[in-house]
Amino acid sequence: MSEEGIKTILVNPNIATIQTDTRFASKVYLLPVNGYYIKQIIEKETPDSIMLAFGGQTALNCGVSLHDEGVIDKYKIQVLGTPINSIKITEDRQQFKTAMIKSNVPVLESSPAYNLREALDVANKLGYPVIIRVAYTLGGKGGGVAHNEYELQEIVQRGLSLSLVNQVLIEKYIGSWKQIEYEMMRDCTGNSVAICNMENVLGMRVHTGDNIVIAPSQTINNEEYHRLRSAAIRAIDYCGIIGECNIQFGLDPSSESYCAIEINARLSRSSALASKATGYPLAYMAAKIGLGYSLTELINSITKATTACFEPSLDYVVLKMPRWDFRKFELANRRIGTSMKSVGEVMAIGRSFEEVLQKAIRMNDAGKIGIVGNDENLKEELELVEQKLLYPSDEILFDVVKAMRLGIPISRINKLSTIDSWFLFKIKNVLDLYDKIHEVDVSDISENLLRKAKKYGFSDLQIGQALGLKEISVRKLRQKLGINPVVKQVDTLAAEWPAKTNYLYLTYGGDKDDIIFRKEKNSVMVLGAGPYRIGSSVEFDWGTVNMVWGLKNNGIKSVSVINCNPETVSTDYDISDRLYFEELSLERILDIYEKENPKGIVTCVGGQTANNLVPKLGQLNVRIIGTDSVHTDMAENREKFSQLLDSLNIKQPPWNKFTSIAEAKIFSRNVGFPVLVRPSYVLSGAAMKVIWNEDQLERYINEAAQVSPEYPIVISKFFQDSAEVEVDAVCNGNDVIIGALIEHIDNAGIHSGDAMMCIPPWRLNRQTMNTIVDYSNLIARKLKVKGPLNIQYLVKDEEVYVIEANVRASRTTPFVSKIVGINLISLASKAIINGSLPEGLNEPWLSISGFGIKVPQFSFMQLEGSDIVLGVEMQSTGEVACHGNSFYDALSKAYEAAGYNLPLSGSALITIGGQKNKAKMHSLISLINAMKFKILATEHTAEFIKNNITTNVQEVHKISEPVRKPNISDLLYDKKIDFIINIPSTSTIEKYVGMLDDEYQIRRKAVEMGIPVLTTVESAISFIHCLEWRNKNKPSINPLSKYHLN
Amino acid sequence: MRVKIPTIQGNHMGLNAMIILEDGSTYRGMGFGYPKTVGGEFVFNTGMVGYTEALTDPSYKGQILCMTYPLIGNYGVPSRTIMDGYGLPKYFESDRIQVSGLVVHEISNVANHRDCHETLDQWLYNEKIPGISGIDTRELTKKIRIKGVMKGALSVSKNQIITRNLIDTIEGTKYEGYNFMSQVSVEKTMEYGDPFLEPIVLIDTGTKNSIIRNILEMGYRVIRVPWDTPFNEIISHNPKGIIISNGPGDPKVCHSTIETVVKLFSSSLPILGICLGNQIIALAAGGDTYKLKFGHRGQNKGCTNVGTNQTFMTTQNHGYGVKSNTLGKTGFKTWYINSDDNTIEGIKHESKPIIAVQFHPEASPGPYDCIHIFESFKDLIENKGSKEKSIEIDKFKGGGKIFQRMKQ
Repeated sequence: MSEEGIKTILVNPNIATIQTDTRFASKVYLLPVNGYYIKQIIEKETPDSIMLAFGGQTALNCGVSLHDEGVIDKYKIQVLGTPINSIKITEDRQQFKTAMIKSNVPVLESSPAYNLREALDVANKLGYPVIIRVAYTLGGKGGGVAHNEYELQEIVQRGLSLSLVNQVLIEKYIGSWKQIEYEMMRDCTGNSVAICNMENVLGMRVHTGDNIVIAPSQTINNEEYHRLRSAAIRAIDYCGIIGECNIQFGLDPSSESYCAIEINARLSRSSALASKATGYPLAYMAAKIGLGYSLTELINSITKATTACFEPSLDYVVLKMPRWDFRKFELANRRIGTSMKSVGEVMAIGRSFEEVLQKAIRMNDAGKIGIVGNDENLKEELELVEQKLLYPSDEILFDVVKAMRLGIPISRINKLSTIDSWFLFKIKNVLDLYDKIHEVDVSDISENLLRKAKKYGFSDLQIGQALGLKEISVRKLRQKLGINPVVKQVDTLAAEWPAKTNYLYLTYGGDKDDIIFRKEKNSVMVLGAGPYRIGSSVEFDWGTVNMVWGLKNNGIKSVSVINCNPETVSTDYDISDRLYFEELSLERILDIYEKENPKGIVTCVGGQTANNLVPKLGQLNVRIIGTDSVHTDMAENREKFSQLLDSLNIKQPPWNKFTSIAEAKIFSRNVGFPVLVRPSYVLSGAAMKVIWNEDQLERYINEAAQVSPEYPIVISKFFQDSAEVEVDAVCNGNDVIIGALIEHIDNAGIHSGDAMMCIPPWRLNRQTMNTIVDYSNLIARKLKVKGPLNIQYLVKDEEVYVIEANVRASRTTPFVSKIVGINLISLASKAIINGSLPEGLNEPWLSISGFGIKVPQFSFMQLEGSDIVLGVEMQSTGEVACHGNSFYDALSKAYEAAGYNLPLSGSALITIGGQKNKAKMHSLISLINAMKFKILATEHTAEFIKNNITTNVQEVHKISEPVRKPNISDLLYDKKIDFIINIPSTSTIEKYVGMLDDEYQIRRKAVEMGIPVLTTVESAISFIHCLEWRNKNKPSINPLSKYHLN
Repeated sequence: MRVKIPTIQGNHMGLNAMIILEDGSTYRGMGFGYPKTVGGEFVFNTGMVGYTEALTDPSYKGQILCMTYPLIGNYGVPSRTIMDGYGLPKYFESDRIQVSGLVVHEISNVANHRDCHETLDQWLYNEKIPGISGIDTRELTKKIRIKGVMKGALSVSKNQIITRNLIDTIEGTKYEGYNFMSQVSVEKTMEYGDPFLEPIVLIDTGTKNSIIRNILEMGYRVIRVPWDTPFNEIISHNPKGIIISNGPGDPKVCHSTIETVVKLFSSSLPILGICLGNQIIALAAGGDTYKLKFGHRGQNKGCTNVGTNQTFMTTQNHGYGVKSNTLGKTGFKTWYINSDDNTIEGIKHESKPIIAVQFHPEASPGPYDCIHIFESFKDLIENKGSKEKSIEIDKFKGGGKIFQRMKQ
């Protein structure tokens, strides 16, 4: 839009994304995307028009509600792109069905239901199993497959509560069909093109977001491909799509039947994937089409010569693999199905299925070296494996391998898993080759065999595993034999036209590089962060992109990026001079490094993935641009870092490393419980835990972790009731610029990624701040940091302790940069290249007006069964931040941006574990009472309230005692509770598998019903104060720039 | 009842194989299909599906086809006995494989599909066609794009490949200026469809079955005549219209067809030309044709109707085209243009009911977006005037267009 000279106002509270960098939009509002806020922004900014298709389901829903409330008409705003009526056709199940029938596209037999009774009737008529879909939700949220009435009841109740229009759709279930998708473009003159077709390897059974997706489709023939494509065109013509949309089909592998499942009339996760898979910039084109251009008027940005009105032809294969993070959620159900549970994805490009499959598995960075060669537990019973094929989990591919190892025939695996036999045979190819390599002697290995292995996507490490060789020895061996990957271009037209872009991938499926490598010395490689996952997400994309721009601004001629995440901007081919859509593995980085021969590699913006590679790269004498490998190691290695702090006279919580339970117990007793335990090997569950007593320590180590000289555990003192503070800074080896001190709103014990945070600090005294600034300067210089640095501190009784330091961009770098108005990564790019940093930036965080507050975004709803109580392991999947004139102005908006409702009246359910917590909550409950909320409480809490605060309290009964009324369960379903304070006692903070107590049940149900639940004393206090503030005040509506004083 | 889906493993693979091109470049790979040495013009196709349809397209006669999509053979080859409602084979465009040889990056070692009858390598073997896999098809494609199409030879053998044989084969290979008609056209007239329906004569210069299917779909009977059938004989069938089909090679060598078409022009019969048929009509009208550097072969080619400005995705397979500046005095004007390079994709007579397209409205393989060309032809026959496919713009009142106007 800026190319057209159009002023744009972007509304998005996502603080970490590059999108909310002021570089793109004319104005950025970090505010919740809902009708209330958008309306006010419209009043203030009086825009001509609005685009709804680029902010996912959230923006689409918001647009529909703005329209329905008459806001769009009242302010005479045009909806650019797909009109509201078309959106409604695609979103409303019944309208959609009618539209499909009218456009001669079959749909599944189905009926809507507005209550449970209707749902049961429909299901009985259709016959089980049925699938329940919820109108107007994202990621299949709330839907599911019911095999019986019991399951139906569960899903329908959840679904009805989530639907904006209180509607669910009950449909025949077609789990054994293929799931084929098309990404379509259509302009306002009616030209339509299919940009990409994709096949879901796990078929209809699994939501496409959780599916393994391959582009183009592999197992359907010409007639099927084009029959579906034509149906897609008819469907979007009828619906009147203008711009981009995704359409999903079910295709019966054993007959000619097919049906349309849904249309997403907006840019989606799939469109991002399709853009990267084809090189066709869907969002860019959709924006232009929204402005009124026709497809033929637009140019293919890869060839710069041909029209954008074409369908990309791929001469490679693309495979998308989701990234799940179930390990972080002990109680979460790991089954995958009709609702999406993954948190990120990777995309592999190659020239064979085997190659992309194995690449993608490694890119996922989930500890697997390929489809084979991992620790394979073959002791599992055949029956259990068959069950796993029938009910897939995140491990489905490895269960397929297991099944093959157990000798289950492919036809049976196909029958159970519904994975097309073609894919299964291809997996078998890899297995067979692995076994073949395993059988030969190292000295006998032939060039042909090695070459074939590389074509099948084997890594050096994997081949080494089979041969009993080290990774680097395999590398040397194959290089001696001249077996090297080639660099190929993604050019949208299968080489038919000369490509002007450098969107690249490496493959063994070819003989020659597509591009010429000049001995250009002034080039730099930047490592991205790989898939989004819990703990490493969109913030590193922001960092990578800013680093590329910074390097270019500082005179680097050619900057290449390596990354494999299709959801990022860093993998847009027009960001860098060369984009390698590739694995972030040592092997692949070396392959590219040897071809590029750059000045060096930047590792500080790729999160922990890139950072972890530094020592290995250092050993191989690869030039690192930024903090050197010795000092990176000094920060990463606990012992070395401890010594460094000792030498600076800086304290840290007492800790030690242990190889036996006995030693661990003695230490814990000496420092006093609770302690924080970090095993180096975990059998089940999360890696870090707070342990409250000796018994628990023993039980944890025996049952969940392991301790031995090979797998030592680290135990440190856990300070209760202490504050956490973080610092994000940049250093050039000498000068240090501190971007901000950030104070956590929650007390220590909540992972920094899950904590609410505030700039500037709101409780710290001047002296503590000075100490933290001094420490940060000392540590940065001692570590000879060149580039970004993040240090985490603990403040207990005015005493400052260091928890850890990361010599890389952190999760909070964009938060600091945007709130303070100083781009730390731009500064870091200067620091790592030529050393000079600007002067006069003195305590910039103190000069902003008001507060910036970051609130995590969780996905508990999607993670069926997961508990929402926070702990030392991170669980949030995103974050939002809002600016405000006051602390509560900022916090209340941030809460709303993260999806909380802020009820100003109604009922509060309060259940508090332990006397100490109850006492702490005394004054807050008084406040709730004063605010005229009706208070509901469970037995002990009610008694406490009656005895100490007010008689205005109604005792309610536990979910586990359904016959006792009033029961919490009923109250939740009847929406008679507006928010919940549920603070477990410290002894039950500890979660363990199988825990299904009442508190958990309450939290879980509340999440499913969309009711706010506060689980810590601090969060409850801040939440109630927000409500109190909101009772008397209106939130401020200002663009980000308004808050920066400079 | 659930149908059992066949999964078949490849049988004729892993042979020695090599390609040598006219310019001396060589590519080594693995052979599949039938072991023998063949020569031909090397061309590439960028379609991602539809190898059974493509390989049986008579327009490929004399050519060795390189698929740019790397994985070929995944869904195998269906049985020839699977017919459409008209008794034409559903997945095959003629009765045999027409290419001289096949070049792929990877041939699937297993085929799996409801309609799979045999594997691709088995089919090639049965039809005595050699194939080569393991080729850097992108590199080969780039070579053809940069240097233009060229002759070459492909050799597949159980034994070691003898380079000399390939070089000799190239020397013996004819493509340019060679008349392939006797190899692709029917020997004698054939009829399809209900004998009580009105007939359309299809001049077979190498027709695809899908053209016949689409004429039947229009509600006519098809009289398929040899490429050199004289005017009088065609007229004797009392046809309602004439279709000149696609086909291989240089249109200029189809002298007798061109002569016939010249006579047909004066008959006022509606005529539709497809691909080679388009070029023949242009030549008959006095226009000129030329050879494209590397042709248009694929399923993703945008063609714009110059009248309505609508753009459609089309299937294309041609090495020759109509010269755009030669239509001047022919009475024809440009109807469709290629959205990428503005070359002629269709012509239309200013007064007579004659239309022709360079692309393949019958698709197969490829998108069905231009089936309406047959409808336009039907309208000509029924004297309704050729209606263009157009949409009511008003229906799509997106803010977009208005915005653009506002800006101006």
